[in-house]
Amino acid sequence: MLTKRLIACFDIKDGMITKAQKFKDNIVVGSAVEIACRVYQDQIDEIIFYDITASSDKRKIDIRTVKDVAEHVFVPFTVGGGIKDLNDMYEVLKAGAEKISVDSMAVRNPGIIREGARAFGSQCVVLSMQVKKVEKTQKIPSGYEIAIDGARVFTGMDAVEWAKRGENLGAGEICVNSIDRDGTHSGYDIEITSLIADAVNIPVIASGGAGMPEHVVEVFEKTGASAAIISSMLYSPRLSRNYSVREIKQELTACGVPVRPWVE
Amino acid sequence: MIGIIDYKAGNAPSALNACRRLGVDARLLSAPDEIEECGGIILPGVGSAQATMDSLRETGIADALKKKVLDGGAPFLGICIGLQVLFEHSEEEDAECLGWLSGEVRRFPEQMVRVPQIGWNEVRFVRERPVLSGIGESGFFYFVNSYYAVPKDSGIILGKTRYGVEFCSMIAHKNIIAAQFHVEKSGETGLRLLKNFAASVGN
Repeated sequence: MLTKRLIACFDIKDGMITKAQKFKDNIVVGSAVEIACRVYQDQIDEIIFYDITASSDKRKIDIRTVKDVAEHVFVPFTVGGGIKDLNDMYEVLKAGAEKISVDSMAVRNPGIIREGARAFGSQCVVLSMQVKKVEKTQKIPSGYEIAIDGARVFTGMDAVEWAKRGENLGAGEICVNSIDRDGTHSGYDIEITSLIADAVNIPVIASGGAGMPEHVVEVFEKTGASAAIISSMLYSPRLSRNYSVREIKQELTACGVPVRPWVE
Repeated sequence: MIGIIDYKAGNAPSALNACRRLGVDARLLSAPDEIEECGGIILPGVGSAQATMDSLRETGIADALKKKVLDGGAPFLGICIGLQVLFEHSEEEDAECLGWLSGEVRRFPEQMVRVPQIGWNEVRFVRERPVLSGIGESGFFYFVNSYYAVPKDSGIILGKTRYGVEFCSMIAHKNIIAAQFHVEKSGETGLRLLKNFAASVGN
């Protein structure tokens, strides 16, 4: 049976991992390679890195850090931030990443999803989206709007429609990140995760808001998500208690959620 | 030395990283004349069967591999698309494949499961082979696939997995080993399998 995945997500700046709250107030928590190695030893299922300032600084992604991490972790590794074209995608894959996450850039140029899928396969292209709960309107029937550029710019696009379009363009997975929940440690946005998981037939990754193992259990029990992103609860000094991957998986197993068993 | 076929769209760098971690002598190859000097071959792969086949044919690697592995008996490990292209035909873009093994490659039933399959799934081993040494009767490995192989000769099946259907997730036939899952990205269990393969090449 295919198990539910736990994905550790890190925001990288200059080779260091930082932790933000609602896309602001970054604090540094450690070196990328060191923390990636730690969660790998803790048997995380997958790792995602966002080069958070690459996009806004208009510079290329930090390939050196991607390479360093790829030499040390032997689980799938996704990289996002600052990718502008097929050549950038190829550089990241060549550095040892398995997947590329596209976000704001895909909103500006949706064709990149198709081009990336054609060149490297759908499985390489993760469409990541920043969603915010808004009033339901004719233009935004789901009541969730897509934002870009670190959640600073609103697009007027409906989140569910964008997810379906991303699937049609060839995305292999969709990562739904709730702007309202990001960094709040109050649990995932169940409503939008569920709406999108039901609307598409590719795997959906829930993101934003996990603060304790119960939140992860909830998102798997109440939505069709295939994977969940955990971040703060692993390492954030802002939380009174951090959890190991092993502890979170024990809780999932106890609640009947299938996960990759611990290997001694 | 193990040669890892690098056809520029695959996951060859990840396979190389995994070999390096294990201290296995390996390097990336992209020209047919480099294949002859290798003790063993890894054919990794992501993307589509058709794109992989086009690349293997255009570069002349397909012919060199046949000579080295099928005729010469060199140890071979195919990964993901590197398993699928060993068969005769893939439903994906109606691709003609290498045809070293009888059988075809089919798409997962979309009405039953999300496609692609992405994540850790269980492989139950149906036979014992040295490549499985220390792994046990089953293990969890990382899969990313929309298609799966259906061998004509079920005797070549080494591992089976369930995703909507029960499918062949690993094969072993003479000097040819191939896994549908990503050996190089399946944590320490995957590294163990890779180490066992490298041992068969003399590492």
